Amino acid sequence: MESYQAKQRATQVLIHAVLILCSITMLVPFLWMILTSFKTLSEATSINPFVIFPSSWNFDSFISVWKNYNFLYLYKNTILMIFWRVVCAVLTATLAGYAFGRLNFPGKNVLFSLILIQMMVPSQIFIIPQYVMVTALGWTNTVAGLVFPGVVTAFGTFLLRQGYQGLPRELEEAAAIDGCSIPQRFLHIMAPLTRSSMVSLGIFTAVFAYKDLMWPMIVCTEVEHTTLSAGLAKMQGQYSSNYPELMAAALMACVPMIVLYLIFQKQFIEGIATSGSKL
Amino acid sequence: MAKEAKVKVKMSKAEKNEAMWGLIFVAPTMIGLIVLNFYPIIYTVYQSFCKTGDFGRGNTFIGLTNYQNVLTSSEFWSSLLNTLKYAIIEVPFGIGIGLVLAVLLNRKIKFRGGYRTIFFLPMVAAPAAVAMVWKFLYNQQFGLLNNLFGLNVAWISDSNIAWISIGIIGVWSIVGYNMILFLSGLQEIPHDYYEAADIDGASGIRQFFSITIPLLSPTTFFILQTRIIGALQVFDLVYMVMDSTNQALSSVQSVVYIFYKYTFTNGDRGYGAAIVVCMLVIIMAITFLLQKSEKKWVFYN
Repeated sequence: MESYQAKQRATQVLIHAVLILCSITMLVPFLWMILTSFKTLSEATSINPFVIFPSSWNFDSFISVWKNYNFLYLYKNTILMIFWRVVCAVLTATLAGYAFGRLNFPGKNVLFSLILIQMMVPSQIFIIPQYVMVTALGWTNTVAGLVFPGVVTAFGTFLLRQGYQGLPRELEEAAAIDGCSIPQRFLHIMAPLTRSSMVSLGIFTAVFAYKDLMWPMIVCTEVEHTTLSAGLAKMQGQYSSNYPELMAAALMACVPMIVLYLIFQKQFIEGIATSGSKL
Repeated sequence: MAKEAKVKVKMSKAEKNEAMWGLIFVAPTMIGLIVLNFYPIIYTVYQSFCKTGDFGRGNTFIGLTNYQNVLTSSEFWSSLLNTLKYAIIEVPFGIGIGLVLAVLLNRKIKFRGGYRTIFFLPMVAAPAAVAMVWKFLYNQQFGLLNNLFGLNVAWISDSNIAWISIGIIGVWSIVGYNMILFLSGLQEIPHDYYEAADIDGASGIRQFFSITIPLLSPTTFFILQTRIIGALQVFDLVYMVMDSTNQALSSVQSVVYIFYKYTFTNGDRGYGAAIVVCMLVIIMAITFLLQKSEKKWVFYN
């Protein structure tokens, strides 16, 4: 028994050792980004491996990036893009998900197979025509242009359909007998019950909109109108060797989403992971 | 036909009402998908048969010339090879490490939630920012990696190494996501199996290979499929880490990278469309092969 316990303890130590080593690997890039953003240029480019912490925590890089790179605009554009994409995606997918999950209508199977086909096709195939359309509409360098490809979602429709299919039939049948119309049943009974699927889709949409690089680079070429990701890409071209400023910019771009993640961890992990595993 | 007509006649008022609302509810999504996705597929294919005029204006039909140019250019084939090289690092290592971490965390252990939070962190960071940080870590002169380990490696400008360096960023970015998917797969394996194996005296490693791996194979298959397809579309990391003047660029640039370059930097949409259609065909072929292989090694309970 004694040796069994000792063995158990050794296993625990070994597991923690592996997990801690991996945690360090995951965290070092973030820590180095934070530390570098507070350093002076000479500290950041010091080849002495013992210069880990900045001699003083100065905010010069943040101030300079904020001023020269209009971060206020980048935040504003990113927030607006995320807001509209989430609203549009959740709204349209909830409606369509309910219809596919609960209602019978002509052409249902054909239309649903279109949803499945869209999910299989790599998104780059849509980009040229989408860009041509945005240009024709005069929406380049606008929030509308950023939102454009994300107003509807095949994947979200699929996700919400699953949410509706998981609900018991009796709920709706009882309401139907009471004389509730279909829109009433949808609004008052069914839609509120799929709130967790809506939250998952909302988080998924927000995170992927935030991470997207190619689309904002294409449609919003002016810094005042683009998103954080595309703004970083532009900035890197100009400040290519001022590491404290580059890291300050990267940090400012990451912090809002990381803070949200740390607060709503459970919803984030569930949202992104269940969205993935339900595909 | 007669039967169908009969059914139609029989459609009651309630059914008609349901059909009407069904169509109204799917209308926004379906119209959106047709405008934003299905029309674009046709348009992209059409575009690939056309020559784009100067400043991206005007399309002249030129048949298969774009495809001929793409398929005879060494740049396309080398970028395809680069993409596959990236996938060969990201997919197996991302999945392998993700699986090990999931198995380690799928037990009563201290700080379980903390580890999970840390491993998932890269998933919520913008790839553009992540790439900038890694680019700095990889810097030959001032980078942390070389200074910390006393090396002098040209991580991203040596064409023999750069593709591995990009692959490492890819693995680092995706491990947490794979781990979370494996964890939810692991939680579906009934605990009795392990208890029975314990009674039979099977070791932990033995249990891993004869219970966990087979019962997890549907999850593994799903992750494998989505990660292969995802890795074949790699763009952000290459674009952000590799400057256009980097001498190793040609050994790292991916298919989507050259698609972006030709279409939006050089303005040759016809050629870009041909590249992306070729990529679509390759991805579809791989999806088809994976689906066919599914029955052979995926174990459904």
